[in-house]
Amino acid sequence: MDNRFVMAAIVLIGVPLVIVAYIVLTERALRLVRPNSRDRIRPWLWLLPALSFVSVFLIYPTVRTVILSFMDRRSENFIGVDNYVNFFGGSGAVQVLINNLLWIVFFTLLTVTFGLLIAVLADRVRYESVAKALIFLPMAISFVAAGIIWRFMFDLPAETGTLNAAIGTVGIGPQTWLLDWPRNSFMIIIAAAWIWTGFCMVILSAGLKGISTELLEAARMDGANEFQTFFRVTLPLLAPTVAVVTTTMIIFALKVFDLVYVMTGGRFDTDVLANRMFSEMFTRRDYGMAATVAVILLALIVPIMLFNIRRFREQEAIR
Amino acid sequence: MTAPVVPQAAPSADFEAGARPRAASGNPVTRFISKTPVHVALIAICLVWMVPTIALLISSFREAQDVSSTGWWTAVSPPFDFTAENYERVLTTNNLGQSFVNSLFVTIPATVIPIMVAAFAAYAFAWMSFPGRDVLFLLIVGLLVVPLQSALIPILQLFVGLDINNTFLAIWLAHTGFGLPFAIYLLRNFFGALPREMFESAYIDGASPVTAFFRLALPTSVPALAALAIFQFMWVWNDLLIAFLYLGGTPDVAPLTVTIANMVGSLGQAQHLLTAAAFVSMALPLVVFFSLQRYFVRGILGGSVKG
Repeated sequence: MDNRFVMAAIVLIGVPLVIVAYIVLTERALRLVRPNSRDRIRPWLWLLPALSFVSVFLIYPTVRTVILSFMDRRSENFIGVDNYVNFFGGSGAVQVLINNLLWIVFFTLLTVTFGLLIAVLADRVRYESVAKALIFLPMAISFVAAGIIWRFMFDLPAETGTLNAAIGTVGIGPQTWLLDWPRNSFMIIIAAAWIWTGFCMVILSAGLKGISTELLEAARMDGANEFQTFFRVTLPLLAPTVAVVTTTMIIFALKVFDLVYVMTGGRFDTDVLANRMFSEMFTRRDYGMAATVAVILLALIVPIMLFNIRRFREQEAIR
Repeated sequence: MTAPVVPQAAPSADFEAGARPRAASGNPVTRFISKTPVHVALIAICLVWMVPTIALLISSFREAQDVSSTGWWTAVSPPFDFTAENYERVLTTNNLGQSFVNSLFVTIPATVIPIMVAAFAAYAFAWMSFPGRDVLFLLIVGLLVVPLQSALIPILQLFVGLDINNTFLAIWLAHTGFGLPFAIYLLRNFFGALPREMFESAYIDGASPVTAFFRLALPTSVPALAALAIFQFMWVWNDLLIAFLYLGGTPDVAPLTVTIANMVGSLGQAQHLLTAAAFVSMALPLVVFFSLQRYFVRGILGGSVKG
């Protein structure tokens, strides 16, 4: 135990010290070279630590995963596209892809719609910051804890299950929320939306504050009602922010793992790509297949990545 | 839009509210009534949003047989039978105290290191010119969305090869690598929005880039650094996947998420213990979030949202 505190102290003080010393010392060393080469070398020295981390932990492994997806379960022999054939020919593939599609559509719809609704409503009241903090609060909760919270909501007996007790008051009998597909997938999506709506709300709300009040007043002066003002003025101006939030949510929906793992473990037809990869890796110990699932996930994300890059360039052009 | 720009009402004009264009902005009572639908909708949403958390909090203080036989909502009326026994039990017998310490060991270095590494790179991207700068930064923007899953297996093999798998070092390195693209992106946007004149006059006064970085860029970017720290802290603290892979589930190293996920498997029916465990894991992120939240929005958006 003592040993660990020593290690943690060394890391906490040592690492920042090393990084700062690295920058200060290279600056000293730069004084030895000619002034105009200085400015050419310095950026690379400042980038070096970050670029090495990114290369070792993101770029190299991603390339290697693509290679592994063409190899067998122990990464020993090349087997061509067998993993892909087996994945798409296997029983679970269609189900997994449908579930990820459900996530993309409904998770994104729920989080963005509610995020926008709450941002717009909160914008009009004095207790805005309190309301926003309450909605954002679930973001601080881990998916593991959220899984426990929601299993509790979905509990079967009407005496203890919150949701069943609630529908019991209007005369509907208890339901098994997490057993039958597609209802169980929707329930996990609702739990995830409960967490991530706060994120959408924060970003959208900031976008909303950037819209000039004069423009809105002008629309109202012209006789537009609140709904017309919102749909004809606010929403078009908010479009870039909505695009950012929507792509972020789609990416999240593709990568979702923890919540499914904790709530159903992918059973009862709720499996998604990331959880499938996890079970290939740990339960079946088939690295080739796990890498294949990862590559499929990556391939689905590439279009969004290109969109992200394009949007970023446009934004920079305005700047 | 043909309407003229409405002049901003001076603060003193509040008395002559009748003269202002919107009837609803008149007396406070009518204003409140005209906003009733807004209040009702917003308060209803907030209440619904809080139900799961409140249910968890109340249940975590109830006796085992109460939790399994009656709903949490029955506990808010007398007799108030609350107990802290669940917390006592999970902290001692279920090893949650140790896991809390482990989570701290994982999270603090994994928050500090990437922010420091990213800050220098972000400054270079924002204020130094070099060939390939834009292409490299676009690569970082692209990496923002690359799923972790596509990097997991080779890194696992690398860690096993280096014989550091299942150590804190492994998980610090992994979180640093995974957290960097977002950290660089956020800080570069924030640094880039700082006024150019500030740096130019510093350079004219003979400051080196190192001085400009430490004396100007860092102090003016506290909101961005704080927002980033919150994000990285919550992300690492709440992470299950990476901890599971590179740190493992043995009690001496397992962080809270891993221990609790194991508890869900082993004592799925002991709801009273799980609720207390879940609350233990939420406590610190909530404190961090509420104490730093004023930086949050300013930091993430850093002048990038222009409406």
